[in-house]
Amino acid sequence: MKRLPAWLAAACACLGLCLCPALASRKHLTWLERANADPTAARLTNPYAGQEDAVKAGEKLYQRYCSSCHGTDLAGVDRNPSLRSPTVRSASPGALFWLLRNGSLERGMPAWSYLPPQQRWQLVTWLKTME
Amino acid sequence: MLDTLSAPLIKAVLWIAPFLVTSVYITDITRITMGHMPFRRARLSPPRLGAGKASEPSAGADDPLFMQLTNGFSRLCMLTACLLAWMCLPVLRGAEAPYLVTYGHRLEEPGNLEIATHQVAGSPKGGNSFLNTLMEIEYGVKSWWTTELYLSGQGTRHEGAVFTGYRIENRFRPLLREHWINPVLYIEWVDVNGADKSLREVVGHDTFEDQLEPNSETRHERKREVEGKLILSSNFKGWNVSENFIAEKIVNHAEPWEFGYAIGVSRPLAMKAKPYRCNFCAENFHAGVEVYGGLGTRHEFGLRGTSHYLAPIIAWTLPNNTTLEFSPGFGLNQNSHGVLWRFTVAREFNQFGRWLRGMR
Repeated sequence: MKRLPAWLAAACACLGLCLCPALASRKHLTWLERANADPTAARLTNPYAGQEDAVKAGEKLYQRYCSSCHGTDLAGVDRNPSLRSPTVRSASPGALFWLLRNGSLERGMPAWSYLPPQQRWQLVTWLKTME
Repeated sequence: MLDTLSAPLIKAVLWIAPFLVTSVYITDITRITMGHMPFRRARLSPPRLGAGKASEPSAGADDPLFMQLTNGFSRLCMLTACLLAWMCLPVLRGAEAPYLVTYGHRLEEPGNLEIATHQVAGSPKGGNSFLNTLMEIEYGVKSWWTTELYLSGQGTRHEGAVFTGYRIENRFRPLLREHWINPVLYIEWVDVNGADKSLREVVGHDTFEDQLEPNSETRHERKREVEGKLILSSNFKGWNVSENFIAEKIVNHAEPWEFGYAIGVSRPLAMKAKPYRCNFCAENFHAGVEVYGGLGTRHEFGLRGTSHYLAPIIAWTLPNNTTLEFSPGFGLNQNSHGVLWRFTVAREFNQFGRWLRGMR
């Protein structure tokens, strides 16, 4: 019996590993449950709370990064959720910051960890004013 | 039907046009620098007047407009005017990690389409200068899966231009949460000819001498490769550090596995966003540096006979989701090119998948 070429075996192994997200997506914890389960998220406080410049910057960042999926009016577009929901309104700033850092990849929201933490807090500051 | 199509068609033209203008602009600058295009159109000297013969008008005055536009100066003026007008539009998207060789763990947002051109220019010792263009079409399939198609071509001075082949790349993110180090698995199929000079990565014993052979010979060679990368990337307080370990195998020849690496560090020039829209804010600029090179083969692993580069990077996000990146890669040893000039123009189309499905 012919042996599988090493490169083909390696490629199959890689493909198998790449299926991990598809399998992992069977877990059904919401992002808020995951954020609340993270002890660091609960300890986070917004350093820009109440700052007008941070609110304006956060609105600019929202229009730049988030509005294409969540709508310019935060009402959500297509299957993407509204940010005016009770879940988002009641979430703590730390939980929202956690969500921006980690995203919700199994539900289609990318992670925004490449944004500096200062910009993520500016986004959180603006979102909390939308309550 | 025309009414239904007109709005998305107009929108598509307005999105694509600035990207094309910028790409042509950068290509023209490179061609002028490398002597492939005259900066000023040379005027033919009028013939000597003989008995009874009138002088002929000098060339250039009555040329058709398209001929005058082969003059590098005219084209650059026109393109500069377009670019300046376009820059006045407000920025809609921030910059991401600016690497041109290294990969980070950020994937394309699901449903987004990105079109980019990656250019690399070099002048190998004892050879002809070249410009390779790699066109990339990237689509976010899932938030953990991005797929890309590359089309490659190159032009070499005194040797003409040639289409060199294509690549199909897929990147997968196996872990669905952010960690201190985030792995991404990369697998690529490459089908190019020997004239390919995209230098997308440096592996094995790749040296500058690989670009000395003439296109007339190398275009008939066929290379089919499988390439894998282990991408490890970290974001910390606005800084990104990414490490790639590369393994490549030519499958249509009896060649051993070849290995390479790429390491990049970058950050935005400002961590906080300004409270107003601006095109030249520091937050729209990213700076970084990357190091990449070969690590030999399965039979001869190591640094002997390999080439390595150190490349500072600057990236700028222009209006309407377009990013410009520039990076000179300085060769670090005698096997390397002196300098590889890389620049990229990328344009992102948000929620392209939804637009295709007719939801817009």
